[in-house]
Amino acid sequence: MLLLFGAFCSLTAGNTTLNVSDVPHDAGDALLIKWNLPAAYKDLTLAKADSAGIWQELNLSQEPVGEFTDTDLAPNQEYRYRLTAISSSDTVSFIKNGIPTEQWFYLKKMSFLIFLLVISFAILFYIWLAKQGKDLFIRRINGLDSMEEAIGRATEKGKPILFVPGLADLDDIQTIAALTILSHLARKSAEYDTDLIVPCRSSMVLSTAREIVKEAYQSANKADSYKEQSVFYLTDDQFGYVAGIDGIMVREQPAANFFLGTFWAESLILTETGFGTGAIQTAGTAQAHQLPFFIVSCDYTLIGEELFAASAYLSKDAQQLGSLKGHDFGKLLIILLILIGVVMEISGLHWFTNFFSPEL
Amino acid sequence: MKKNIPLLIVLVAGLLVIFSEFIPHRPFSMITETLENWFMIISGFAMLLGQISLIQVNSAKVRNKDENWVYYLIGLISFAVMLITGLLWGMDKTAGILGHGEGIKTWLGLKPFDYLFENVYQHLSATMFSLLAFFIASAAYRAFIIRSFESNLLMITAVIVILGRSSFGAMLTGWLPDSLSWLHLPKLTDFIMEFPNSAAQRAIMISAGLGVIGSSLRIILGIERSYLGSDE
Repeated sequence: MLLLFGAFCSLTAGNTTLNVSDVPHDAGDALLIKWNLPAAYKDLTLAKADSAGIWQELNLSQEPVGEFTDTDLAPNQEYRYRLTAISSSDTVSFIKNGIPTEQWFYLKKMSFLIFLLVISFAILFYIWLAKQGKDLFIRRINGLDSMEEAIGRATEKGKPILFVPGLADLDDIQTIAALTILSHLARKSAEYDTDLIVPCRSSMVLSTAREIVKEAYQSANKADSYKEQSVFYLTDDQFGYVAGIDGIMVREQPAANFFLGTFWAESLILTETGFGTGAIQTAGTAQAHQLPFFIVSCDYTLIGEELFAASAYLSKDAQQLGSLKGHDFGKLLIILLILIGVVMEISGLHWFTNFFSPEL
Repeated sequence: MKKNIPLLIVLVAGLLVIFSEFIPHRPFSMITETLENWFMIISGFAMLLGQISLIQVNSAKVRNKDENWVYYLIGLISFAVMLITGLLWGMDKTAGILGHGEGIKTWLGLKPFDYLFENVYQHLSATMFSLLAFFIASAAYRAFIIRSFESNLLMITAVIVILGRSSFGAMLTGWLPDSLSWLHLPKLTDFIMEFPNSAAQRAIMISAGLGVIGSSLRIILGIERSYLGSDE
């Protein structure tokens, strides 16, 4: 009986009942295993041979026709799979090998690439237009227009300005955006001779913020007024950092608070304490869940994109302002794509939405 | 030269990361991970800068007897205590200079570092977090004061969601017949959260995504230089 079973295995291993193929256009870390058995086979087991050749079972649906994608594989290495199926009358087993191979392009990311290229070209085009001297309309951003007012108020009251560059580290683009705003703010505070307090949560942000503030003071010809201790490290701990900033707000009573960057659950604790001290508050983040908290407790809020546009807007540089026009083109493009997608879906044509929402 | 070399590094690193997103073949597939590892190594060294800054700022305030200097002293003492206990007896399963400190562990129930972490730090942290509940109430009160059409709309929506998320809301509208089941508060809440709320959040996320593209492009191409300290 065992001999017969073995013979059956070797006989059927060569046909296409079990098929192991490389997942196309990926990093060579996945194999697609497909099987097609008669409906009588219910109890299916798929196993993969480990480096010692011992079969390790993989999770599998019990459908006689199906597929399974084995991921997290090493590229260009051979893997061996065994499918065992049991029916009421017999047991069959198939063994197939496969090699995942690296490709030179993620085809599934084609829509991302096209979109990125179109947006990038639009931004570059508007930068070029601005360079040619074309006057481009950029809508006013109240939160940024009020920056000078906030600094002026701090100067009048003789109180410092508090700038919080968010809780994320330097590898977060929101922190970079916040630091670019800090550069403008530091220059203004240097011009007005107003103290600036910048508590940092991460050492990398600390060293970058110190350099930015120092350079800003130098460019405002106020290098002597720069105090290294005004940009300092508090703690890496989330709520320890919040407690520290709350303490600064209560003790130092800054006249203007800026909360720009990435914030999580602590956003409202910070801004409500600031509200209690009577400071003018400007906040900005791309964290959608924290925006409502900022909106109710701050005087001005930079919503999502405005945070990234801030530096360009404040610089008043035509080239940088031109790039903001590119964002507007992107928004128009997305609105059009959404409308086309809705019409296509209603018409029963799904290829358009599938192209823009691939399973990665 | 002081600005050009960093700008060149940014250009090359930025382009490599973009390429690696679309090219799965080595060496591109390993670039992002390698750069992340480099970042971790550099930030590990930079931690020392943070500690130095912490000691400098606090000790200067204590030395000058600034207002509230006692708080800064407490901060420094706390820092020193955690550092010393961690160094001497380690934490969790890691041994310190004096080993695992079995004697002191028997007395406290935990290693000194873990004892302070569990019994002091955790409670202080939870206290800060729990303040959020009170701040939500005060902020919500201000937001829900009816001043305009928008704040009226906000208040009505908020009341529906608050009630819909509680068992009281389900009880209030539980008697409604099947034909009016869409008025059932939990269902109305689900609708608000799933459609208008998600739509608004996605709009913000999409525009933020565009902002990231524009901001990254300006930085990579060297148009945006203020992160280097000045625009010149």
